[in-house]
Amino acid sequence: MSDFFNSGWSTFIAVATVVSLVACLALLVIASRRKPMANDNTTGHVWDVDLVELNNPLPRWWMVLFVLTVVCGGAYVFLYPGLGSSAGTLNWTSTGQYEAEQKKATNAMAAVYARYVSQPAEVLAKDAGAMGIGERLFVNNCAACHGSDARGSKGFPNLTDNDWLYGGSLETIKETIANGRQGVMPPMAAAVGSAQDVVNVAQYVLSLSGSPHNAIQAAAGREKFIACAACHGVGGKGNQALGAPNLSDKVWLHGWGEEAIVAMVNNGKTNVMPAHASRLTPEQIHVLGAYVWSLSRGASSGP
Amino acid sequence: MSSTNPRVIPIVAAEAASEVEGEGGWLFEKQKKIYPRSVTGTFANWRWAMVWLTQIVFYGLPWLQWNDRQAVLFDLAARRFYIFGLVLHPQDLVYLAALLIVCAYSLFLFTAVAGRLWCGFTCPQTVYTEIFLWVERRFEGDRIARMRLDEAPWSFNKLWRKAGKQAVWIAIGLWTGFTLVGYFTPVKVLWSEAFTLGFGPWEWFWVLFYGFATYGNAGYLREQVCTYMCPYARFQSAMFDRDTLIVSYDPARGEPRGSRGRKVDPKSKGLGDCIDCGLCVQVCPTGIDIRNGLQYQCIGCASCVDVCNEVMDKMNYERGLIRFATQNGLSNRWSKLQTLKRVLRPRVLVYTTVLALICIGFVVSLALRSPFRVDVVRDRGALARLVDDGAIENVYRLQVMNATEATQHYRVTLEGLDGASITSKAEFEVGAAEARWWPVSVQVPHAATRALGPGAHPLRFRVERLARGDDGSVDVVEKSTFVVPR
Repeated sequence: MSDFFNSGWSTFIAVATVVSLVACLALLVIASRRKPMANDNTTGHVWDVDLVELNNPLPRWWMVLFVLTVVCGGAYVFLYPGLGSSAGTLNWTSTGQYEAEQKKATNAMAAVYARYVSQPAEVLAKDAGAMGIGERLFVNNCAACHGSDARGSKGFPNLTDNDWLYGGSLETIKETIANGRQGVMPPMAAAVGSAQDVVNVAQYVLSLSGSPHNAIQAAAGREKFIACAACHGVGGKGNQALGAPNLSDKVWLHGWGEEAIVAMVNNGKTNVMPAHASRLTPEQIHVLGAYVWSLSRGASSGP
Repeated sequence: MSSTNPRVIPIVAAEAASEVEGEGGWLFEKQKKIYPRSVTGTFANWRWAMVWLTQIVFYGLPWLQWNDRQAVLFDLAARRFYIFGLVLHPQDLVYLAALLIVCAYSLFLFTAVAGRLWCGFTCPQTVYTEIFLWVERRFEGDRIARMRLDEAPWSFNKLWRKAGKQAVWIAIGLWTGFTLVGYFTPVKVLWSEAFTLGFGPWEWFWVLFYGFATYGNAGYLREQVCTYMCPYARFQSAMFDRDTLIVSYDPARGEPRGSRGRKVDPKSKGLGDCIDCGLCVQVCPTGIDIRNGLQYQCIGCASCVDVCNEVMDKMNYERGLIRFATQNGLSNRWSKLQTLKRVLRPRVLVYTTVLALICIGFVVSLALRSPFRVDVVRDRGALARLVDDGAIENVYRLQVMNATEATQHYRVTLEGLDGASITSKAEFEVGAAEARWWPVSVQVPHAATRALGPGAHPLRFRVERLARGDDGSVDVVEKSTFVVPR
């Protein structure tokens, strides 16, 4: 608790709370004598000709409940954070409660996951229960970037095709989810050459996948591609060890056409997949990985 | 006020609780124990009928089965309410609101017509008090015997009577708590847990808490709940008018009260019909004297009506010295028929009409309720994406909630946008009483997007539940938009 400007406020609130509690009890004691008002057990007031108010005593159990309420209030500020910045003897915090409930939920699911965690992706992909869990995990944790249908969008890979930047085995997918990835394409304009050279290389890259291109410029860009081949390979087939995309297929993660490729060569790009090891348990990552694995193989009951 | 100058019943002040009259005393006084005398008669029979009816329903419902499940089960963890053939989702909260409105209007209606009918005959506080009193009478006898027993010194006789009563009370309390929890945890599971005392912490809490509340309220607090705690007792006067049937003593006929022999003609002694036997006070569960007029403690149980009618029969006087009557009826000396004519006054007719309309609406909307719900949520990650051949694709999530108890198959189709087609799997299934997020990708070819122009274009999803067995197909249509980027 460090949410006061200075500790004076904390003391002020603590004192006000305690004084209020004591004042409640004091009020009860001060007001516990019946004052005689009139001799006929009324308050002596008369409204509308004949309306009078009786001066009857309160039930004793009401007084007991009142005292109990004050006691409960005292117990509360003793056990829980209530007196300014005191943490209470239970050391309760909302974060602590959240974590305890999370732990409880994890333990409740442990038996379910225990069965799945030893099974390979091929088996899990056929298990409707596991795929249901995977689907919900995906929608809650992955869909924000990769889309609810897992087909990604510009800059976010499509997970339903069989084009993998780092490899499509369950182990690799799990590693990607757990530790994240950092795909770096450095700005390569200087290495490629002049602005025209960059255009030529872009045309050559387009030719690799048989996309529409200018054959003359592509031929000119062929030798300049050496600068790219270090990562993307001589044939532009990509390199899964580095996460270098395959340039010879029709998947265009960062946009299609000469303009997009030129921009990429000139500016480079750092593309980040965040790590989820701290958000998901290893068992969850295993089931989620199997679900993602199944998406690209059309094996699951999912979309 | 009517012009006939009705008799005003003077307010008789309760005895001051102070030790010395006129002096102040301790403001808090111990509950004066009330020993209601047992009563038989028409209204007592009605009350017992209501006790049986409400408690057979309350204790019995959890044990009923419906298609291999508990007929009435409020599954809070899964957020599903099962009520016979119905499965309600949190989204059906409006039905709870409707139910509460129906209850409120019923209360207004009954109260406007005949005062605190609910309090006197069906309120759980009254019903359980009646049951607990019956147990008390079995062990300790009726009013006089109970008073003597309480004053007597401890003896074996007193001990076994008190202990037996407590044992039965506690058993009823626990069984009531157990039954309440049985509405939320399947009662058969609870029953097997009970033998090993293996309840979960919340189950323990509610069984014991509700059990204790039943025991405490019906065994000890009794009329105090109605007098001091219940808000309804406080605002009922706003629902009464001068034509409301309330339990009333007829002072014009009864006064001046006094004892007399059965053979004596009261008129010769200048007496009214009230023989001042005090039985109406002895049977009153709230300990008031109805002859002082309408008091806020009166819960309209009509015990005094029953007992006074017995006395009138014995005396060979006409029944109805204490009866359900209206203020207008009493002051204008109306006959029963004249009084009942005023029951159908505008206020009652309006309540009845509104209540009937809400009930009809409630039933009709339940009957026409779609067996599934659809919610369309656009993906937030990317408004739109460009696909290989220049087509624009939008992604949506359909949340489909299946409100039936069987796995259902659904098919999604599009309406209202030319050229749009679904490029993901458009058929799927949702398990029994489950909700599922189903992603749908919608594509519009390049040419069509040029025709549409940039912006958001309306689009409708038609979700069709495919017919299976003897269930026909059902459609639900939801609106959304399709975004074409600039």
